[in-house]
Amino acid sequence: MGMLKKMSKNTRSNLITYGIVIAAFLIMQTLITTGSISSLLEGLMVPLCIYVILAVSLNLVVGILGELSLGHAGFMCVGAFTSAFFSKCMRDVITSSLLRFFLALLIGIAVAAVFGLIIGIPVLRLKGDYLAIVTLAFGEIIKNLVNVLFIGRDSNGFHFSTKDVMDLNMEPDGTVLVNGPQGITGTPKDSTFLIGVILILITLFIVTNLINSRDGRAIMAIRDNRIAAESIGINVTKYKLMAFTISAALAGAAGVLYAHNLSTLTATTNNFGYNMSITILVFVVLGGIGNIRGSIIAAVILTLLPELLRGLSDYRMLIYAIVLIIMMLFNWAPKAIEWREKYFSFGKRKKEAVK
Amino acid sequence: MAALLDVKNLGISFGGLRAVNAFNISVEKEELYGLIGPNGAGKTTVFNLLTGVYKPDSGKVLLDGEDITGKKTIDISKAGIARTFQNIRLFKQLSVLDNVKVGLHNKHHYSTIEGILRLPRYRSVEKEMDEKAMDLLKVFELEQVAQQLASNLPYGQQRKLEIARALATEPKLLLLDEPAAGMNPNETGELMDMIRFVREQFHMTVLLIEHDMKLVSGICEKLTVLNFGEVLSQGDTGTVLNDPQVITAYLGE
Repeated sequence: MGMLKKMSKNTRSNLITYGIVIAAFLIMQTLITTGSISSLLEGLMVPLCIYVILAVSLNLVVGILGELSLGHAGFMCVGAFTSAFFSKCMRDVITSSLLRFFLALLIGIAVAAVFGLIIGIPVLRLKGDYLAIVTLAFGEIIKNLVNVLFIGRDSNGFHFSTKDVMDLNMEPDGTVLVNGPQGITGTPKDSTFLIGVILILITLFIVTNLINSRDGRAIMAIRDNRIAAESIGINVTKYKLMAFTISAALAGAAGVLYAHNLSTLTATTNNFGYNMSITILVFVVLGGIGNIRGSIIAAVILTLLPELLRGLSDYRMLIYAIVLIIMMLFNWAPKAIEWREKYFSFGKRKKEAVK
Repeated sequence: MAALLDVKNLGISFGGLRAVNAFNISVEKEELYGLIGPNGAGKTTVFNLLTGVYKPDSGKVLLDGEDITGKKTIDISKAGIARTFQNIRLFKQLSVLDNVKVGLHNKHHYSTIEGILRLPRYRSVEKEMDEKAMDLLKVFELEQVAQQLASNLPYGQQRKLEIARALATEPKLLLLDEPAAGMNPNETGELMDMIRFVREQFHMTVLLIEHDMKLVSGICEKLTVLNFGEVLSQGDTGTVLNDPQVITAYLGE
């Protein structure tokens, strides 16, 4: 029956994506244990997982909901700082690093989701370019707020300030936990490649299953035609917020992974500012808007490329740019799509249409 | 028996323009009712008022005795009015089947968590939705193209799919905005049969806007003629079409 074929087709496509991720992990893990790759590349594995999660989660807003958001790094920032703060406070209380990381993860995700919801309520009334600009602004606001946040703890409890360390008025026994622009130091390094890959798989599971559910259909219906969706009783505000909040929560998870991969966490333009937001958007656009597997591939290639090309020194960025252009052609040029459909099973939706 | 749709003194102004004024209509259950008039007479505006796209600044709309005046589009959809659009509005990147399944959204429930975790209820409800959607597609002879993208359908099938999607919400009243626009006489003939069939099969009440007089005189039992936002003539199709006022304003000598 047609329906069964289609259902298994979705499931099959999802399983292939999981398979690719697991296979890539096993290959890299083997290379790492046998010492076949440089330590530099090895150090890139957790960031790679972070980028993949970010790209997949942003694709939920850009590709599935069809709204352009440029504040994704802001939600990552929220997840990173709340979780790092928690881990630093609990460093001596919870000694099991796995349990501590798990709790930090839950907190980071929850707070990022709350921020997604709070920011989403006013922002999602806008569309297109306006939404992009306002999300960009909110992303910057979050980053700048973190930069003026001072938190300390002494025998009397927590102290907050937005001025400087002296303003905390702590007893001599107090320690500074969040030190404004200097951020949080001494976060336990709990992130591992394995945890990163597991988080990727969870992200994929959530996003792909959401897309193929009743809620996902409603979200895509809003993307395709808001007026028609409303006319058949779809609650547009609710589903826009749902997609935005889930996306923010997953970005928060990426932030937790990020925070626990570094001993010092600071908020700069490069890690939590618009540079990061644009980088993630580049992954999504080059991987194909709405194409989850494409996002993963683009994130991996574009993260590894600068490192792999290090030996070519001066030509590095030239080749990077050429790869960007080739990927764009591969994904968007009509001739390339035609060719691809003939020889690969990527872009299954378009293929169905041709048949 | 009270009428299914009872509209009294409905009106709306855009700036200084009185787009619809003192509009009355009473549609009985399972009636095929036509709304006709020259371009710009306010026909689509009436539809937009009935479905909550615009809020009326005067008048009252009763659906099956329930006051739905000024309610939101979502609530009016839940109350039981579904519509199609003059310029087709499908979910183009979704499959034909999924278009209808979106229409089933409010009648079949499972939570987001059940959907993500694919719990048993997800499977059973999705199966139910698939079956219902396929049944509807069969009525419109679209079952062969169920897996195609909606945007790839030819024009006539897109119109049909829009009606199928509207019916999926299990409405009490179906509003069709120029369903025969852009169709050739053959397709229009098919469409007429289909509308009649839908009325009988689903015990549906249909209010339609149309310019194709063959369709209007062929299937509508009653007519209302709008001109400059006001009701020009109202009643049985035969009587209205012979009304000298209607002939002057719309039909021509």
